[in-house]
Amino acid sequence: MIINHPLLGQRDSSEFTYLGDAKLIERPDPDSETATHDFYKYAYLRDNPAGWHKELWFHEAGDRSWLVVTRNTLTHEISKVEMARDVAREKGRRR
Amino acid sequence: MRYSGFQVIKQALNNHKGWKPAWRDSEPQPHYDIIIIGGGGHGLATAYYLAKEFNGKRIAVLEKGWIGSGNVGRNTTIIRSNYLLDGNEPFYEFSLKLWEGLEQDLNYNAMISQRGILNLIHTDAQRDAFIRRGNAMILNGADAEMLTTAQIKKRYPYLNTEDARFPIKGGLAQHRGGTVRHDAVAWGYARGADSCGVDIIQNCEVTGFKIKNGKVLGLETSRGFIGAGKVGCAVAGSSSRLMAKADMRLPMESHVLQAFVSEGLKPVLAGVVTFGAGHFYCSQSDKGGLVFGGDLDGYNSYAQRGNLPVVEDVCEGGMAIFPAFGRARLLRMWGGIMDMSMDGSPIIDKTHIDGLYFNGGWCYGGFKATPASGFCFAHLLAKDSPHPLATEYRFDRFERGRMIDEKGMGNQPNLH
Repeated sequence: MIINHPLLGQRDSSEFTYLGDAKLIERPDPDSETATHDFYKYAYLRDNPAGWHKELWFHEAGDRSWLVVTRNTLTHEISKVEMARDVAREKGRRR
Repeated sequence: MRYSGFQVIKQALNNHKGWKPAWRDSEPQPHYDIIIIGGGGHGLATAYYLAKEFNGKRIAVLEKGWIGSGNVGRNTTIIRSNYLLDGNEPFYEFSLKLWEGLEQDLNYNAMISQRGILNLIHTDAQRDAFIRRGNAMILNGADAEMLTTAQIKKRYPYLNTEDARFPIKGGLAQHRGGTVRHDAVAWGYARGADSCGVDIIQNCEVTGFKIKNGKVLGLETSRGFIGAGKVGCAVAGSSSRLMAKADMRLPMESHVLQAFVSEGLKPVLAGVVTFGAGHFYCSQSDKGGLVFGGDLDGYNSYAQRGNLPVVEDVCEGGMAIFPAFGRARLLRMWGGIMDMSMDGSPIIDKTHIDGLYFNGGWCYGGFKATPASGFCFAHLLAKDSPHPLATEYRFDRFERGRMIDEKGMGNQPNLH
């Protein structure tokens, strides 16, 4: 697979390590009353769809940036690559 | 028809015209007591043990394609019980014992060959870990033996023990481990289940669950609605897809695992050998092909095919211990989809929906577990309580902090 890095252009996927579903960006509020259950769901449950999947890839052998890659789990086709930082900021995260 | 040497001779005299299909091609009935979704090894084994050991009646197995078209026909056919943790080892040892009696039980030749499995050691730390594992196995009634390099060389002269980046310092052997003809497992269980009255319904895809007031009433399928008292799901690889139809999110990701077969060779490899400094395992099939595999590709996938970096990595592992095998040409390679659970261990449990039961999360170790998985799932379906050897395989273990994490990797499914 070739990942089209927003800053570096096309890079081979073997330069990256894979973390998983990009929903891991959305960390639950630790001060919430339901935090214990929220963190269980956050840490252990996954949608695991067959089809388009937003996921986190780390450019370990490159610029060490985190990317959000939109990839089809049925065909391995990649339709979109974003900087994870930008995605997190859009969701209201400060950093 | 009972299979025997006498039967082979009798049929030969009759130009083999008397052989009957090994199982019926059943039409779905309007209602069953128990429906198993998934006509793979685990589903067929569950139906067989339900009917034979637990006196289940009116049982059906639904399969989307043809039986054995999923992972039971795509794996590297290894059986073993060399686990460490208490939640796992007794279960897998039970499975190995069932394998040992399976052919007589099923009256079917599954070509079970206890040729032994050998896990190679390359460092002192690894030796300590494997001695501990071997002791855990022996404590749970399995067999284990630590071998020296000289003992290993006697059985595997082709191993590169000295002139290597990771010299081989010994190995942990389980002599009762081995290989099985994987398709025959599906066929044997299908024939056994069919002869106990189980309906095996192929080309029947489940499209939805009918659930009312928290109780499952039946299944919407591509061949119409089928009512059910209880439903057992055994579709590892596609578990998340199926259970999403019941609005469940599972503690797992689906990953692709590749496997490889070389061209046929004369006998060169006596048993199953695994590389300890990378991830590579290899055995030789009875047809002569070297059957081998290694790591997952590492990203979520339902594609049943992988990519080249892992092919290179697996072959490098093979070349590190068996340089001579580099002369063999690769004949075939393929991928299978694994339910990779959050701790690397499976789930056999009730769901929160009354009458809906789940079996999955087998990671890439499901084949060896087939008999015990079927037996324990049948126990759960028949008696509504877990089999004593499968009590730890619960959904809620992640929330309660009782993970069964053999590799100590945490909630990172692609590392188990």
